[in-house]
Amino acid sequence: MKLITLISCLIIFPFGTAIAENYAVLQLLNSYQAETKKQPNAEKGQQLWNQTFTGKSPFTERSCRTCHTSNLKLPGQHIRTKKTIEPLAPSVNEKSLSEVKKIKKWLKRNCKWSIGRECTAGEKANLLTFLNQQ
Amino acid sequence: MNKSIIISATILISTALTVPVVFSDDDRREYRQRSLGVAPVTSEVYKNECSSCHMVYPPGLLPASSWQKIMTGLEDHFGDNAELDSENFKIISEFLDTNSADKSDYRRSRKIMRSVNKDNAPIKISELPYIKRKHDEIPDKMIKYNQKVNSLSNCSACHSSAEKGLFNEHDVRIPGYGYWDD
Repeated sequence: MKLITLISCLIIFPFGTAIAENYAVLQLLNSYQAETKKQPNAEKGQQLWNQTFTGKSPFTERSCRTCHTSNLKLPGQHIRTKKTIEPLAPSVNEKSLSEVKKIKKWLKRNCKWSIGRECTAGEKANLLTFLNQQ
Repeated sequence: MNKSIIISATILISTALTVPVVFSDDDRREYRQRSLGVAPVTSEVYKNECSSCHMVYPPGLLPASSWQKIMTGLEDHFGDNAELDSENFKIISEFLDTNSADKSDYRRSRKIMRSVNKDNAPIKISELPYIKRKHDEIPDKMIKYNQKVNSLSNCSACHSSAEKGLFNEHDVRIPGYGYWDD
């Protein structure tokens, strides 16, 4: 009996903390998946993160890296105002990706700025999965 | 009986006249703010929503007409996308309107308003005639080409209390150059 309790604790405990830590991300991933019926793909998320798009002058070359840089564990910098942006990697910034409302707001704004349109549910799921692993 | 009433009335009146006027620290702070700056920012929603990308600009730096123009163009906000949800949009629009320069009696707000046409003012604080005039002696190397400043719109780089609405000249420290005195 004791052994069974121990085993179930070992199985449930890490799972439980993962849910507690990434509740906002999980909630969003579930809703995106309900729309796409696909598993999110972190690799595709990374590709989109690094992809360059064309925008209006003076920022004709745009990507997520424009402000957030390639190293998500380091602070970024707003391209126009030069204001510091806290690191996006949840491993170094626990506030990052912790609020559904904020994640939605920034995905909407920044997809529109970088790509020139809103991201699809699939793209958002991929990006979020990639970011959440950092 | 009558005499005692007169005596006590005299004592009361003379006490009232001789009691010195006492200013509290709050009064002094408010006087300083009113005479040196613009009204401090009181909306937490405004602070939270608008400070991710730039400093918190006190609403007393622009007339209501300019804030309205800014709020209707948030999708292309000086080249960036700064769209808000409808709830925050409403809260922030109201806050900016009621605290705009043309509705404020703080000294800098009044000076800004004297330099512009109320309904046809620039939407950039850095293009207000009053602001331009106050900075026209500062060479480009200290602002535009100063990596720690970058632009006249980065008030708080030199005015350390800008976000509190204070723009006292004696508090100015230009990064890499120190005090500024003209």
